[in-house]
Amino acid sequence: MSQNEWPLWEVFVRPKAGLDHKHCGSLHAADAKMALQLAREVYTRRQEGTSVWVVRSSDITASDPGDKPMLFDPMEDKVYRHPTFYKLPEAVDHM
Amino acid sequence: MVVESIRLRLTPLVQYRLRIADTCLIHAQRLGEWCGHGPILEEDIALTNLSLDLLGQARALLTHAGKVEGQGFDEDQLAFLRDEGQFFNLTLVEQPSRKASAHAPGGDFADLVLRNFLVATWLKALYGRLVSSSDAELAAIAAKALKETRYHQEHAADWVVRLGDGTEESARRLAAALDRAWPYTHEMFVRDAVDDAAAASALGPRRDELAADWQRGVAAVFSDAKLALPAATPFVSTGSNGVHSEHMGFVLAEMQTLQRSFPGGKW
Repeated sequence: MSQNEWPLWEVFVRPKAGLDHKHCGSLHAADAKMALQLAREVYTRRQEGTSVWVVRSSDITASDPGDKPMLFDPMEDKVYRHPTFYKLPEAVDHM
Repeated sequence: MVVESIRLRLTPLVQYRLRIADTCLIHAQRLGEWCGHGPILEEDIALTNLSLDLLGQARALLTHAGKVEGQGFDEDQLAFLRDEGQFFNLTLVEQPSRKASAHAPGGDFADLVLRNFLVATWLKALYGRLVSSSDAELAAIAAKALKETRYHQEHAADWVVRLGDGTEESARRLAAALDRAWPYTHEMFVRDAVDDAAAASALGPRRDELAADWQRGVAAVFSDAKLALPAATPFVSTGSNGVHSEHMGFVLAEMQTLQRSFPGGKW
């Protein structure tokens, strides 16, 4: 990365109270305050949000896509981990 | 085709409203010139958002001024069919902010940042007073605009500090921009008969009443930006009386050409 390039930030927006912050993209900014302001400009200009988080992309530790077979594929045949084998009482209806 | 310009029946209270409306309108137009030319994509979007906020304020204020004026002119007629002498914006906002010319040095991002800051700080002080206007419609417009303007002011102030307290080059360019803008700030605090009429009817504050608030806001940010206040100069610009700098005609030519060529055109 060239010295003149601003760091990358990941932006999380909470669409309304009670819902979780959702990752919605990234942007470049010189520091956290600027990242928040620019996140507002870029990602909430159509009333998408009530709260914004920004975090330096370099502070996120991500799983390696190459590890997908090891990490996630073994879950494929373990249907018993889904609670689909219980009969729900009628009164509960949609859970 | 020649489109007749409209002529307003000017009263002090109409002119008072147009001063605010036109300052927003022309400021928005100049900001809009930066669309696609911002230093980075994110700030480019931010500048366009600011411009659109100001245009929204201008539309509400023009519509409002048109009703008060009484000949039934709508926002479009007021924006596109008035001649230069019937615009009453601050002279500062019509100065070139992107392209420099022999007569108007500047055209630096620093010019834009600084102007944004000076004007937003002024509008914030003004709207802060207009929320208690005796005119309920004007008070409502001001209340909505104040929220936007508080953000504009903060956004611009952060940039002033960033450039002023940044590198040697950014500080030098910001200081040069300040020297260019400063002489036009006096007009923000001139008091005349229009101001007195507005104050007398509790429509809004006189401009000189905004000075202390503005100076406080500017001084705080300049101190963080390590920027020295320039010395006072005797020059007072007169755009708010309809007597503009040589740049205004070019701004209007570009802004009005479409409606003048295709009257009433909508798309």
